[in-house]
Amino acid sequence: MISYILRRTFAAVILLLVVTAVTFAIFFLLPRLVGQSADQLAQQYIGKSPSKADIAAVKHNLGLDQPLYVQYWHFIKGIVVGTDYNLGPKTVHCDVPCFGYSFKDHVAVWSQLTSRIPITLSLAVGAAVLWLLSGVAVGVISALKPRSLFDRTFMGVALAGVSLPMFFTGNLAILLFTYTWPIFGRTYVPFTENPAQWANTLFPAWCSLALLYSAIYARLTRSGMLETMNEDFIRTARSKGLPERTVVVRHGLRAALTPIITVFGMDVGLLLGGAVITEYVFSLPGVGQYAVQGITDNDLPKILGVTLLAAIFVVIANLLVDVLYAAADPRVRLS
Amino acid sequence: MEGKQTIMRRSALAAVAAIGSTSLLLAGCSKADDNKDTPKAAGANVATKSVVNASDKKGGTVTYEMSDVPDSFDPGNTYYAYMYNFSRLYARPLMTFEPAPGSKGNTLVPDLAASKGASSDGGKTWTYKLRSGLKYQDGTPITSKDVKYAVERSNFARDVLSLGPNYFQQYMKDGDKYKGPYKDKSAKGLSSIETPDATTIVFHLNRAFQEFDYLVATPETAPVPQSKDDGVDYVKHIVSSGSYQFQSYQDGKQAVLVPNKNWDPKTDPLRKQLASKIVVNLKVNPDTIDKDLQSGDATVDLGGTGVQASTQADLLNSADGKASTDNAYGGRLVYAAINTKLKPFDNVACRKAVEYAIDKVSVQTAMGGPIRGDIASTVLPPDITGYQKADAYATPGNKGDVAKAKDQLKACGQKTINTNITARSDRPGEVDAATAIINSLKKVGINATLKQYPAGKYFTDYAGVPKFTEKQNIGLMMMQWGADWPSGYGFLQQILNSKAISQSGNTALSQYTNKKVDGLLAQAIAEPDTAKRNALYAQIDKQAMDDAVLVPLTYFKVLLYRSPYATNVVSTAAFSGQYDYLNLGTTKK
Amino acid sequence: MTELSKTETGEGTTAKAPSAFLEVRDLKVHFPTDDGIVKSVDGLSFSVDKGKTLAIVGESGSGKSVTSLAVMGLHRLGARGKNVRMSGEIWLNGKELVGASPDEVRRLRGRDMAMIFQDPLSAMHPYYKVGDQIVEAYRVHHKVSKKEARTRAIEMLDRVGIPEPAKRVDGYPHEFSGGMRQRAMIAMALVNNPELLIADEPTTALDVTVQAQILDLIRDLQKEFGSAVIMITHDLGVVAEIADDVLVMYGGRCVERGAAAEVFEKPQHPYTWGLLGSMPRIDRETSERLIPVKGQPPSLINVPSGCAFHPRCPYADVPAENVSRTVRPELQLVGAGHWSACHLPAEDRERIWTEEIAPKL
Repeated sequence: MISYILRRTFAAVILLLVVTAVTFAIFFLLPRLVGQSADQLAQQYIGKSPSKADIAAVKHNLGLDQPLYVQYWHFIKGIVVGTDYNLGPKTVHCDVPCFGYSFKDHVAVWSQLTSRIPITLSLAVGAAVLWLLSGVAVGVISALKPRSLFDRTFMGVALAGVSLPMFFTGNLAILLFTYTWPIFGRTYVPFTENPAQWANTLFPAWCSLALLYSAIYARLTRSGMLETMNEDFIRTARSKGLPERTVVVRHGLRAALTPIITVFGMDVGLLLGGAVITEYVFSLPGVGQYAVQGITDNDLPKILGVTLLAAIFVVIANLLVDVLYAAADPRVRLS
Repeated sequence: MEGKQTIMRRSALAAVAAIGSTSLLLAGCSKADDNKDTPKAAGANVATKSVVNASDKKGGTVTYEMSDVPDSFDPGNTYYAYMYNFSRLYARPLMTFEPAPGSKGNTLVPDLAASKGASSDGGKTWTYKLRSGLKYQDGTPITSKDVKYAVERSNFARDVLSLGPNYFQQYMKDGDKYKGPYKDKSAKGLSSIETPDATTIVFHLNRAFQEFDYLVATPETAPVPQSKDDGVDYVKHIVSSGSYQFQSYQDGKQAVLVPNKNWDPKTDPLRKQLASKIVVNLKVNPDTIDKDLQSGDATVDLGGTGVQASTQADLLNSADGKASTDNAYGGRLVYAAINTKLKPFDNVACRKAVEYAIDKVSVQTAMGGPIRGDIASTVLPPDITGYQKADAYATPGNKGDVAKAKDQLKACGQKTINTNITARSDRPGEVDAATAIINSLKKVGINATLKQYPAGKYFTDYAGVPKFTEKQNIGLMMMQWGADWPSGYGFLQQILNSKAISQSGNTALSQYTNKKVDGLLAQAIAEPDTAKRNALYAQIDKQAMDDAVLVPLTYFKVLLYRSPYATNVVSTAAFSGQYDYLNLGTTKK
Repeated sequence: MTELSKTETGEGTTAKAPSAFLEVRDLKVHFPTDDGIVKSVDGLSFSVDKGKTLAIVGESGSGKSVTSLAVMGLHRLGARGKNVRMSGEIWLNGKELVGASPDEVRRLRGRDMAMIFQDPLSAMHPYYKVGDQIVEAYRVHHKVSKKEARTRAIEMLDRVGIPEPAKRVDGYPHEFSGGMRQRAMIAMALVNNPELLIADEPTTALDVTVQAQILDLIRDLQKEFGSAVIMITHDLGVVAEIADDVLVMYGGRCVERGAAAEVFEKPQHPYTWGLLGSMPRIDRETSERLIPVKGQPPSLINVPSGCAFHPRCPYADVPAENVSRTVRPELQLVGAGHWSACHLPAEDRERIWTEEIAPKL
């Protein structure tokens, strides 16, 4: 098991290196290939009418005057051993893991990210719990009574949930639950400050996001359950005289859930990389907003940082899924 | 979003406007708030003419919301009009603008300085005397050295603090030689700024500059104690010289300000310190901002760019809604620059053909109608000092004159012209306006093709690169321009001065080269008499229009929602029509 | 129908209190589908006494598995449960099951009657330990602690011949070999000492050598517990080895029934002959089918008219007046406790069996 995790971690590191290299190439190499000079790049990060000396200074300060592979090496080195950064009157050491300094506001990307991760985490985890519970519950009931009124109604709702964009459901939720009936708060409060307020303000966002996903999970669970409930071991469980509830939950759901774990892990991992639209609609200053900020400002270290963070989350989620999968299904051996 | 070298003191024009359309869907669901506790609205556009809800009542929390994030709260590292406006709460510049409605807001008043600058040497030397008893939030006295240091760090260390303008670098004597306080550690600093004593500061310029009071009205002259400055990290613990100080600052999320106890009202005739707390929420969904403003949960939109399209429709369709709006000029001209260096537009007759051909009403409609801008006919917008009404190319109903345009085309020796027009792809209004122009031009035989480029690289890589425009046969370029300070010089010199033309990041898109205009600009800025100066600006404006170097399209306007709870509300021309933030209070508990 | 039932019930009685431990009377299991009603079991009667083994023989689709599931009450469960139509009577130890509430039947299931399935790999839950699955089966009917139940599970594993039961109890199904898995399955079925054991093709998925061991085990356990056993199989070899009585099913109905020895000695139905013909020779260890039954099993939606077997029967034209194709043959007493449903006159049957079939076997 330990050697398995070690090997997987090693593979993950390689994967992350590739991800950073590709991202780096897209944002640093491509502009050069289409003819953008380092001067032009640097100029985007200075105010009006910069002198040649200004451009040269900025270029040097941002490291844009170095060959690309050196810049990439510095980026990777920063993550592993940290790097020094000139803040003006003093030079500071950017601690490990140093994701670089923003070109625009000259703040360590890692510190900005870490202050935003809790928000995205709160959003993703809260929504994930909601959508998993509701999606699975609806899916199970639908599967047990296929073609019933419940099944048809909720599968219809599920379809609507998938089709409606966040701009609609999210704005509607805000309008209804924070303005028309001001039940929920509007400004994010950290969990550590006030858990009740935290949940209260996030709830509309959770619901809107969960609606989007629970629909998919309901359908997944439904088809999984329909398949599982026809399995031989379900017949065996019944032949033992187990109550139907035990059969459904302990024998049916348990088996039907395992493939859902995979999808779930990936979804949560992806969401942690930033739920861009949800964060926008609900004004949550999370990782997604940060990514958008980075792109609109053409602030390369931010873009690189978010990409790497998202990749890390997906990789971790994947690893967790595999471990969970092995724990859930004894036939799967981690080797 | 835009290159820093583009629009001076940009208002944060949110690129998210497109998303606002969703709220149209939802607008149908929202009802006017029938809350009886809501104070009555003062009436449409009242804050552009007078102070609304004048009050000295203390207390309450004033909440600012913004859909984006400011470039920086650091007074020495910002270039946005709303930050110039807002930063005065914690950073007092030498001069500032009087909180007054409309064009009255363009009046310069001393802030940290005791009086306006005294010039000598024909306007090349400017001396300011600081008020006495000035203190930072920690009680330490503010000295003229701190002002000098603030100018040095903000203008001469652009590799570190790169976001603000660098006028001092350009205009100070030996400004090109000084390496900035972070590299040049000598105690003397920039030699052309002298501080003979703790309350006196003398600026030596490399040329006569009669509008220097405007320059020192930027937050770059707000004092920064050298011992507390750590470059880009200074933003995390700004030392306040104003009526408020930072209680907390979360980068890109929120800032909370509380009254500065060491601020002495006796040293400050402008500030009132009314609110007991100021909260700035950043990255708020623009639709949410509009709703919060109407519900009273927010006092003002920090960006000051006006309400979303859907909210606009809601507000203007009801008498009550309309009564709580101000439709103010934004100190900005929307225009199409004509490339005077590109054949056949190097011929003035061909340019005049374009002037006559364009149906400005269709462009205005494309930009969002009269609420978003009046039809323009001069380079200077009406809210800029020096504006004089004129219309060199009047056409019936501003809808264009095909006959006159064709005459000009003939005079130019052309029957048809094939050219390209650029617009910023992420600005739908601009793209629509360009399309309207293309349709107008087609009627007279000018075939223009639309070329779209991202706003972030518009000036560094495309429209602002003369070689590029020449190679790509770009004859017309969509453009918006606002001044760094509300005077003719502040507005005109970057777009009409031939010396402002640069090979990349160029904003003088027309590449207008007229010695006469260059001379008039130099003459104006050396002219100590304001009236004479303004006459010169009008003359430059007229000359530029006679030379048809650009087609004025609209005078940009914003539609602001005025919270009924807000007190001391004035929409000031000095800050692009925004409400003046200096004394904004609230009646809400 | 009443008449049919009378003749079909073998002993010719409709009395409510049957003497046999398990008695099935005129059982019908129909599944309405979009294509029509699938008559999986269409009027079947039989009985099994304690300590006896009844083998139900037939091809796949003949209704033998459906019969066993019907006895267990498993048809009425699950998503398809609502669609099943059941009629007739199933008497287990004096209790009627068709009309009983699902919960009543559930409480009998696993305790009074238990079942072993064909493929022990798919029949056991892949995610749970073998021991836990046995414990679960035990505890659902016995209020005992997990520990006691575990002891019981180990005891059962030991009893069915699994080596190192205390260790294997924590193994997962996929860690067991096929034979061991089936033993574990048997242990699970017998953990509550059921009086009726239904084994649905318990050896089909196993190696030939293992098959014999499993059959031996079932026989031994039956002797030990004295339970009634229903052995569902298509393999007459299994029947010969284990069964007291045989019931041959075709197209959802019984075509021949009697003591195993009798049926093997003097089979009366052409279909049974076919089955015997397709049985591997005992003296030759080969599974080569000598005389396979030609043709396809009948559709259960459109059961052939007359004798359901007639399209495949080489002697369909022997009875006069085309009766094989028009009249459904009923079970008739053809020997001591030996019933057969065939239109062939007794003398023709006797002749064909002795002259054409028997010599080839």
